[in-house]
Amino acid sequence: MRAVLAAVRSGARGIAWFVRGVLGEDAYDKYVAHHAATHGGAEAGACGIGEPVMTEREFWRDQTDRQQKNPQNRCC
Amino acid sequence: MSTTSGSQKDATGDSTGLDLIPDRLPVAVAEEVLEAERRNWTPAKIALWAGISLVGAVSWVMLAVVRGETVNAAWFVFAAVATYLIAYRFYSRFIEKHLLRPDDRRATPAEYKADGKDYAVTDRRVLFGHHFAAIAGAGPLVGPVLAAQMGYLPGTIWIIVGVILAGAVQDYLILFFSMRRGGRSLGQMARDELGVIGGTAALVATLVIMVIIVAILALVVVNALAESPWGVFSVSMTIPIALLMGVYLRFFRPGKVTEVSIIGFVLLIAAIIGGGMIAGTEWGAAFFHLDKVTIAWGIIIYGFIAAILPVWLLLAPRDYLSTFMKIGTILMLAVAIVIVRPEITVPAVSEFAATGGPVVSGSLFPFLFVTIACGALSGFHALIASGTTPKLVQKERQTRFIGYGGMLMESFVAIMALVAALSIDRGIYFAMNSPVALTGGTVEGAVAFVNSLGLTGVNLTPDMLTQTAQNVGEESIVSRTGGAPTLSVGLAHIMQQVAGGTGMMAFWYHFAIMFEALFILTAVDAGTRVARFMLQDSLGNFFPKFKDTSWRTGAWLATAVMVGAWGAVLLMGVTDPLGGINTLFPLFGIANQLLAAIALAVCMAIVAKRGNFRYLWIVALPLAFAAVVTIYASFLKIFSTVPAVGYFAQNRAFSEALAAGETSFGAAPTVQAMEAVVRNTMVQGLLSILFVTLAIIVIVTAIVATWKAYRSGSNTTDEDAAVQSRIFGPAAFVPTRAEKELEVQWDAQAAELKAALPPKPARSGR
Repeated sequence: MRAVLAAVRSGARGIAWFVRGVLGEDAYDKYVAHHAATHGGAEAGACGIGEPVMTEREFWRDQTDRQQKNPQNRCC
Repeated sequence: MSTTSGSQKDATGDSTGLDLIPDRLPVAVAEEVLEAERRNWTPAKIALWAGISLVGAVSWVMLAVVRGETVNAAWFVFAAVATYLIAYRFYSRFIEKHLLRPDDRRATPAEYKADGKDYAVTDRRVLFGHHFAAIAGAGPLVGPVLAAQMGYLPGTIWIIVGVILAGAVQDYLILFFSMRRGGRSLGQMARDELGVIGGTAALVATLVIMVIIVAILALVVVNALAESPWGVFSVSMTIPIALLMGVYLRFFRPGKVTEVSIIGFVLLIAAIIGGGMIAGTEWGAAFFHLDKVTIAWGIIIYGFIAAILPVWLLLAPRDYLSTFMKIGTILMLAVAIVIVRPEITVPAVSEFAATGGPVVSGSLFPFLFVTIACGALSGFHALIASGTTPKLVQKERQTRFIGYGGMLMESFVAIMALVAALSIDRGIYFAMNSPVALTGGTVEGAVAFVNSLGLTGVNLTPDMLTQTAQNVGEESIVSRTGGAPTLSVGLAHIMQQVAGGTGMMAFWYHFAIMFEALFILTAVDAGTRVARFMLQDSLGNFFPKFKDTSWRTGAWLATAVMVGAWGAVLLMGVTDPLGGINTLFPLFGIANQLLAAIALAVCMAIVAKRGNFRYLWIVALPLAFAAVVTIYASFLKIFSTVPAVGYFAQNRAFSEALAAGETSFGAAPTVQAMEAVVRNTMVQGLLSILFVTLAIIVIVTAIVATWKAYRSGSNTTDEDAAVQSRIFGPAAFVPTRAEKELEVQWDAQAAELKAALPPKPARSGR
């Protein structure tokens, strides 16, 4: 019973991960991870090394602004 | 051949200076290990592939050879899936091994250009879903419905064989070549490979083709919503729902995409249910009962506003909603078809295959191959496969799963659409899909017309039409051309057997209409924006100010031009006395296949430049087919003397009738309608000439480039320089044993590094 429950839980987690990824909800997490890896972490940015990390709100605004400048086609 | 294969080694072999183990762990499983795994035919593996082959063979026999009264839909699903699996395992692997030769020691643009935004390494399974959602739209749902006129077999064979040898090959190659060029677009690659003339022709062709495709997609929506208060209400509601979602994401909870998509989905369902109630009231039925011309103007105005509004307000949320609906509904339909397994009574090859019929004019060859474009071979995909996807691929080998595999998935959608259209009564099918010019738009007219066709096993009664219309909550289903209503009736017919019974048919019908309209309106919006940028970019060569895309006057002007262009074609289709879909849909298919020919021509030039002539046929074969089909179809549309097929023949017939002083001719009851036919056929004919000329220029320049490469023994490439990769990822959906072992080591290393770091501070971005 417990095993079944665990399997269901991990299955549900897998689906949630997939849906998040396909819809692009993980974009901010990916950005933060990238920033941490290349600019030496969020706090380092504030110390003047590289560009500061964007807040979540700033990031999503920036993302739609980029889409505005570089629209992507959707197929028929 | 020894010289070419020798030079190939230099191009992709070990002169690249890339390491398999740049740091602590290998970034790829060694080629020898992978090859050994592939060659290791264990009894279980042999049994599996023998089983798949057997299922495929039996299914094809059931479809193509056994001639019973009916054929079960399950055979379509089995034949398709078994064939896809074999093609993926063997043919796409063959292309990978001999033509593309991906190298996982090489970093992808997502790795070496990583910026955490546009270029970002993405899990292959997520990217598969992402890519699929971007390529699949209303196209694979509509074409197969119209082609069902010819019987079930021609469409099924073309969808399955076409995708394997043409459509999936194109998507895979373009994705791979664009990835090797830092995510360059098709237009840029055309210019690089084909020179200024070929490149410019490709660019102009792409722009014109986009206009036609947007116009005809919009025409499908207009035809689905005309005289349907329920449909008009629920589809209009998608606009405030998207606006609400946009505002929610912008100001209230940024980034909560899944959450807002679920909210949007619930509101959509409410809009469908509410639409039924409102269409049931007298004022609702009167207020939302709109004719085609009004709806067409509505979509034109919507298209303009949507394309100038900020992306966050309308396009982005609509896109989330459309992705969510797309994947959900397609999964639902697949499950439903497997559960219900409808019996199909349509003949394998119908009476209309040789001569054409009321839905599609012209013979099977070439018109089957332009009627079903998306699902078998779709040039539009080349724009997606050279757009976002190549910038997100994690490892080079994954392009096979994403490019080739993603297109197989779309082909499967086309098969399901075909099954849904085939599962409805044949008499109803023809009553719905024959133009008003033939049915008169009335139940009696439709019954008389369909029964006069003399189709075996078809005996349509007025009762069948009124009953079906009532079941799906529509006033009438006569002459609801465009494919979407037919598919919706088919889907409602299948879904009501799973959930709800006939009482739920109206809901399912409008659910399907909504789902198609949602994709199409997203494509209209995105297509207008992309076309506007292309136009501004081209105008910028003459008037530099246009290059500045944030210059508002220029943006509005360019948007107005593009909307005006597709709007004019849309209005022409809507008011066409001959019935817009059957005259314009061939243009849609031809346009899409010409774009495919252009994309494949670019691929051929690239392969030739790499000096790989031995396997050039992998590209040349689908290119030759697409070129022959589209050029032949265009020539028939231009030169045929049969008025139903040739635009200019039709034009001449109506001009002569007008000159003779007649006041009605054929399907046109008035002089005005006759003049409209003369005007429309002239525009359609000129568009055909334009398309075919541009495509011939591109193909000829590609052949010249290929010939030059052959003569000079070329072995060069415009690829970006190879960069060492430092990450690992399995190639396909399921990792192989060796890949899994390596993945475990990488995971362990990641965990180790994480443990070595100081604990992460609380996220600052709040």
